[in-house]
Amino acid sequence: MSVAIDTGLGLTVRGLTTLFNTPRGMALAVADVDLDVAPGEMVGLVGESGSGKSVTLRSIMGLIQTPGHVTGRVEWGGRDLVAMPAEELRRIRGSEIAMIFQEPMTALNPVLPVGLQLEENLVAHMRLNARERRARALELMNTVGIPAAERRLNEYPHQFSGGMRQRAMIAIALACSPKLLLADEPTTALDVTIQDQILKLLLDLRDRLAMSVVLVTHDLGVIAGTCDRMAVMYAGRIVEMGTVIDVFRQPRHPYTRGLLGSVPRAGAVRTMLSSIEGTPPSLTDLPAGCAFHPRCSFATDICRQERPPLLSLGNERKAACFHHDRVAAAEAIL
Amino acid sequence: MNAVPIISVDGVSKQFGASSSFMRRLAGEPRLAVHALNNVSFEVHRGETLGIVGESGCGKSTLARCLVRLLDPDDGAIRFEGRDIATLRSVERRAFNKRVQMIFQDPYGSLNPRMTVSQVLNEALSVHRMRPKGDIPARITELLDLVRLPHDAASRYPHEFSGGQRQRIGIARALAVEPDVIVADELVSALDVSVQAQVINLLLRLQEELHLTLIFVAHDLRLVRHISHRVAVMYLGQMMEIGPSESLFASPRHPYSKALLDAAPELDPTQRSRVVAARGELPSPLDVPPGCPFASRCPHVFDRCRVERPALTKRASEHSAACHLVDFGAMPSALADAV
Repeated sequence: MSVAIDTGLGLTVRGLTTLFNTPRGMALAVADVDLDVAPGEMVGLVGESGSGKSVTLRSIMGLIQTPGHVTGRVEWGGRDLVAMPAEELRRIRGSEIAMIFQEPMTALNPVLPVGLQLEENLVAHMRLNARERRARALELMNTVGIPAAERRLNEYPHQFSGGMRQRAMIAIALACSPKLLLADEPTTALDVTIQDQILKLLLDLRDRLAMSVVLVTHDLGVIAGTCDRMAVMYAGRIVEMGTVIDVFRQPRHPYTRGLLGSVPRAGAVRTMLSSIEGTPPSLTDLPAGCAFHPRCSFATDICRQERPPLLSLGNERKAACFHHDRVAAAEAIL
Repeated sequence: MNAVPIISVDGVSKQFGASSSFMRRLAGEPRLAVHALNNVSFEVHRGETLGIVGESGCGKSTLARCLVRLLDPDDGAIRFEGRDIATLRSVERRAFNKRVQMIFQDPYGSLNPRMTVSQVLNEALSVHRMRPKGDIPARITELLDLVRLPHDAASRYPHEFSGGQRQRIGIARALAVEPDVIVADELVSALDVSVQAQVINLLLRLQEELHLTLIFVAHDLRLVRHISHRVAVMYLGQMMEIGPSESLFASPRHPYSKALLDAAPELDPTQRSRVVAARGELPSPLDVPPGCPFASRCPHVFDRCRVERPALTKRASEHSAACHLVDFGAMPSALADAV
């Protein structure tokens, strides 16, 4: 089967819904998510724990297993990844679409040398002989900035530091020159100076290899420093979307506004932060209407009865709030 | 703030022995040791918040544990109101424990899962004989109000609470004995951003109301900047810089502090940079280089840095840094004065 698709390979997600059958009832982890990723674009997916951002990524990649169930369409090069047979999906996973995870120590196999794990991917997707594979592995180690690559290929993951492990995982993901990289909190477990290195490496690789990136994170600062567009998730749904510049300048959903206000900023030392009261709802027992209304200071009767649709507001901007005008007009957080 | 400091730390060092291989011992090589703290000195003033920041392995948690005497330093002394806490015995030690309380990072691990909230608080109150037995239930209600937990929380177990609420229980337990000093080790690191803000707000309010001295240990620069009067930056067991929060963040006097600030993601998407703030990785704490610990990653390194460890010296009133480049980060006018 030919893998060659014309340039301009983008990802289109429509109505992606992921349900988990739990002892406490059906948990709606991802609900009706629409997402577009243009070629070469870096899209950020931000939200708190349980907002469905990681499950969205895994659903796109086809990594959800029973008791989970995925519906909707994930279009990639004219094909639907959700409906695709497992064998065909395996050919795309790891080659055209690659993924990196939060904790490289658990994502890497502890009893295999890093080089072998890198070559595994090349064996699965490319026709190279042993010498070519070795050369490609060395090239990849250099691409992601691992010094003494020759020696390090024979080492095991526990001999790598946290930052180097994450670089090794990126090298494995890049092995077959993917067109889309799904990154699930790739820097959350790292120190701030190492996080900075890894994020800048991702940006460089995006430019050099012309791939699209979907970056999942809980840190708004990471989004602000790297992404082109962003989507904010709450209780399994996208509540706001737009270019990073627009969303940061003028949030149109109260939850985005609350998140931005929760992060301390320079120049307002020892003042009260504008926190969001309460805690996120349980996914098995979502409130009626807008899932955010019990914590929202803008909420009115309609929010308690009806769920606001994700409305297009022009200029790539979307928000799921009945009161987005009031939110936008509210006093700036800064 | 020229009064007698409530806590003074004087040249404190702490090592942890690492297991060394049989072959190493046979070869007569010295035992490996992690130098978690290396000649650390600073003072904490009454009523202030001192933030301690650094990356993993910099010794900030070891320092927090030494401050409440969960660990005894190998060298140097920690003085509480002028008395060396290592010399405190029985009754005095218990009194010290009452006045200096610690709150831990992991709200799951630091609460006994088999004790209800009221049992947890009751234990703290009765061990230190804070109240006559009859008054304890009323005091528990008062404490729950203080940290904004519902009254019915008293009869529930830790697993019934969310992470943020559990951290509130930890705060209530620490406040039960009416301490003067609270040492908070990564208090909000495990929490979601919106819940973090709630706990930080609570801490700010309690400090005002109860005139607490707070030592806030964290890796998140934005949080530390927000909550602290003064900030200490640590790297590989050493104090690199200490100074008033605003001046340290506005013009760091140590290249490491500057790298740390540059690396921290800013919330402003218009201010992007593609330059890496600090190259390289932390050296192994088993094998700290002889000179400046940051020498291997510092963009301003010169020969002296690799052989001579810079001492923490004064840069301005209240502001010290440990760097051979005394003028690093100085304002141009100050630089002109110096020349």
